[in-house]
Amino acid sequence: MEKTMKLEIFRYRPDQEDQPRFQTYEVPFREDWVVLDAINYIKDEIDGTLSYRWSCRMGVCGSCGMMVNGIPKLTCATFLKDYYPDKIRVEPLTGFPVQRDLVIVMDDFIHKLREIKPWIIRREGEEKPIEGGEYLQTPAELEQYKQYSMCINCMLCYAACPVYALDNTFVGPAAIALAQRYNMDSRDQGRDQRQEIIASHEGIWECTFVGECSVVCPKAVDPAGAIQRSKVSSTIDWYKEVLIPWGGKKR
Amino acid sequence: MGNYETYKYDVVVVGGGGAGLRAAIAVAETNPALKVALVSKVYPMRSHTVSAEGGAAAVIKENDSFDEHCSDTILGSDWLADQDAVELFVKEAPSEMIQLEHWGCPWSREPNGKVAVRPFGGMKIERTWFAADKTGFHMLHTLYQTSLKYDNVTHFDEWFATKVLVENGRCQGITALELRSGQIRVIAGKAVIICTGGAGRVFPFTTNGAIKTGDGMVMAYRAGVALKDMEFVQYHPTGLPGTGILITEAARGEGGILVNKDGYRYLQDYDLGKPLEVTDSRHPVKKTMELGPRDRLSLAFMKEVEKGRTLSGAYGEYVHLDLRHLGEKKVDKKIPFVRELSTKYAGIDPVYEPIPVRPVVHYMMGGVDTDIDGAASMPGLFAAGEAACVSINGANRLGSNSLTELLVFGAIAGRAAARFATEHPELDLTALQKQGADEQERIAKNFIRKDGGYERVATLRQEMTRTMESGAGIYRSETSLKETCNKLAELRGRFSNILIEDRSLSFNTELTSALELDLMLDVAQAIAHSALARTESRGSHQRTDYPDRNDEKFLKHSLAFRTDGAPRIEYKDVIITRWPPAERVYGR
Repeated sequence: MEKTMKLEIFRYRPDQEDQPRFQTYEVPFREDWVVLDAINYIKDEIDGTLSYRWSCRMGVCGSCGMMVNGIPKLTCATFLKDYYPDKIRVEPLTGFPVQRDLVIVMDDFIHKLREIKPWIIRREGEEKPIEGGEYLQTPAELEQYKQYSMCINCMLCYAACPVYALDNTFVGPAAIALAQRYNMDSRDQGRDQRQEIIASHEGIWECTFVGECSVVCPKAVDPAGAIQRSKVSSTIDWYKEVLIPWGGKKR
Repeated sequence: MGNYETYKYDVVVVGGGGAGLRAAIAVAETNPALKVALVSKVYPMRSHTVSAEGGAAAVIKENDSFDEHCSDTILGSDWLADQDAVELFVKEAPSEMIQLEHWGCPWSREPNGKVAVRPFGGMKIERTWFAADKTGFHMLHTLYQTSLKYDNVTHFDEWFATKVLVENGRCQGITALELRSGQIRVIAGKAVIICTGGAGRVFPFTTNGAIKTGDGMVMAYRAGVALKDMEFVQYHPTGLPGTGILITEAARGEGGILVNKDGYRYLQDYDLGKPLEVTDSRHPVKKTMELGPRDRLSLAFMKEVEKGRTLSGAYGEYVHLDLRHLGEKKVDKKIPFVRELSTKYAGIDPVYEPIPVRPVVHYMMGGVDTDIDGAASMPGLFAAGEAACVSINGANRLGSNSLTELLVFGAIAGRAAARFATEHPELDLTALQKQGADEQERIAKNFIRKDGGYERVATLRQEMTRTMESGAGIYRSETSLKETCNKLAELRGRFSNILIEDRSLSFNTELTSALELDLMLDVAQAIAHSALARTESRGSHQRTDYPDRNDEKFLKHSLAFRTDGAPRIEYKDVIITRWPPAERVYGR
């Protein structure tokens, strides 16, 4: 007989139901299937009304983050075999409003992304013309920020963050890591502008360094590390400004 | 479905991948007074540009030249590319790539800080810029993040475009389904740029993400614009069996080899040159063996299958991509994503074991017929990127030209659309609103409030993809294509009985799946009928009944026009400037 597995899936349609509920589906168990394959099987073969986001199914588009047995996971990179034969519980990422079924509302993150100015900022008159060629950047300089540039915006770190769960004014792990990605880029001169957001009360000081964000990150971005580095450099800024005003000119 | 609203913009960009973002930024920079709507059915960073791995080609090194890049591209295209477009593309490529560098793209570097390049298939000189093996990911995030800096670009994220609106003989906007509310809205625009990517999902086995369903191609097609060269579908030679996950050509650019079940480098039997030992410092030799063009490598695989020299697995026949001789250090530095993907999805660590691979549908050379400015035949309508066919790719695209193409022609189309919008300020808003109401009624009647449907979306989709593979795959013939054309006509008929169980307005993905299937059936028909009409073999289009190239009859682009029945196929001449057609030679 074919092996099967049960998935208990969070269902909620705001225009039709007052309360979320769980619905259990039985799917074939295959060694090489990921949780997303099982969910696609449900959508195609059992219940067309289930809504969720997905696209690349190779861990790079960042669409398919969900809670799998209470842990934030990319479902395209989470294998059924690691749970078999137990039932798997699939829910939308925690810490976000639910739009429908497994689809979260991520407006807040999109807003914060823009806030931290995730683009190269050059001082007035210091932009290099295209004819001047590329900015030189050594492999060592690239290494300074490379890790923070690997974020796929999958939102797992927000779902894991205990601070964001209590206070969604917190800028949060991925956005801070991204700010740090530009701050550490040798081509960028915009750190001061970003620090206004990052070092504010909604920013890095709220992080209690639980480090859950870095644990769940599927791309080893280490947002917790970015937050710590950001704290250290902000503190140095403060010392420079207050204690040594003549040397306190920020770069 | 409630009331509808009208949004008014100067330029509407449909699609938030590389081409769409580049186009939107080009409009914003051309004239900061112009308002741009960037409409995407997913958040832009989910767009499939994200999955591109190997790199983007542009001439920047002293040993290279524009003419070399042109001639490689034209040879790769089997002379079906328009040479004026190729020359423009090659000339614009370096400044576009430098622009992206200035915007922060983390290109891999040489020790002196200059941008590094790597060899790629079909390219005589190494000119492929790369960001390790996540080039598309980094380009997309750089473009998306940079786009946030422009106040005159408004993002309509998770809005599913359904129709191009034509009034007074020109394109004046689109209708789109706001996924959150389930409402159809009119987004009026003095110019519209289609940047919705390809349609690999019409095939069952593809590297393409779920979202690549040809939406924008069909929006233009239904507005009367031709789809050009749709029969040319690229199979990438190295996908993981089962999942279709792409193993980048950069793996071969860095020295990886392809071997059959006997450990033999079979490409030497298919007129692709002779292999050098992997320990030879001259390996890999550009434009030979593993660095031949994708169409020839995929064909060689099929011949190996016929000879019984491939391996068999749970997901059919495959060969081995062997990277072991590269060593752990090089793999981790140059192609770490290859290691991550192989290990996770195939259970194979390429440092120690060869990777099982087989050809997989990867890219549409064809698309919306545009001129060199990205303008379609419908005034006010433009297209760029994989959705468009300019054409620089002809019958076979060279690896690492597509990422550059979406920058070059995204920017060109953006600037052209900005000019058009400035010159055509008036909008027929009342008529557009009427069209919006009609579209809302169509979606309601045919889908969301439809009763008595019984055909499941997934069933029809599976039958469509199956017939595309069996009849319009790597090898085609009149018999196989006719069978596919008939099957597609049957599916088109059955589609009118589509079953929609989900009556919710909020984020109804059963509805969007049905809309996508509707669009894909049009794409599939355009591909199959264009392939049936082209009775020659050229590049990726291989007819077993017409094995030779026929320049006399078919040095022409095919143009598919939509009708109520089978598409009407016409032809137009290829533009030849300096590279007259010749034998397509690799490795000798």
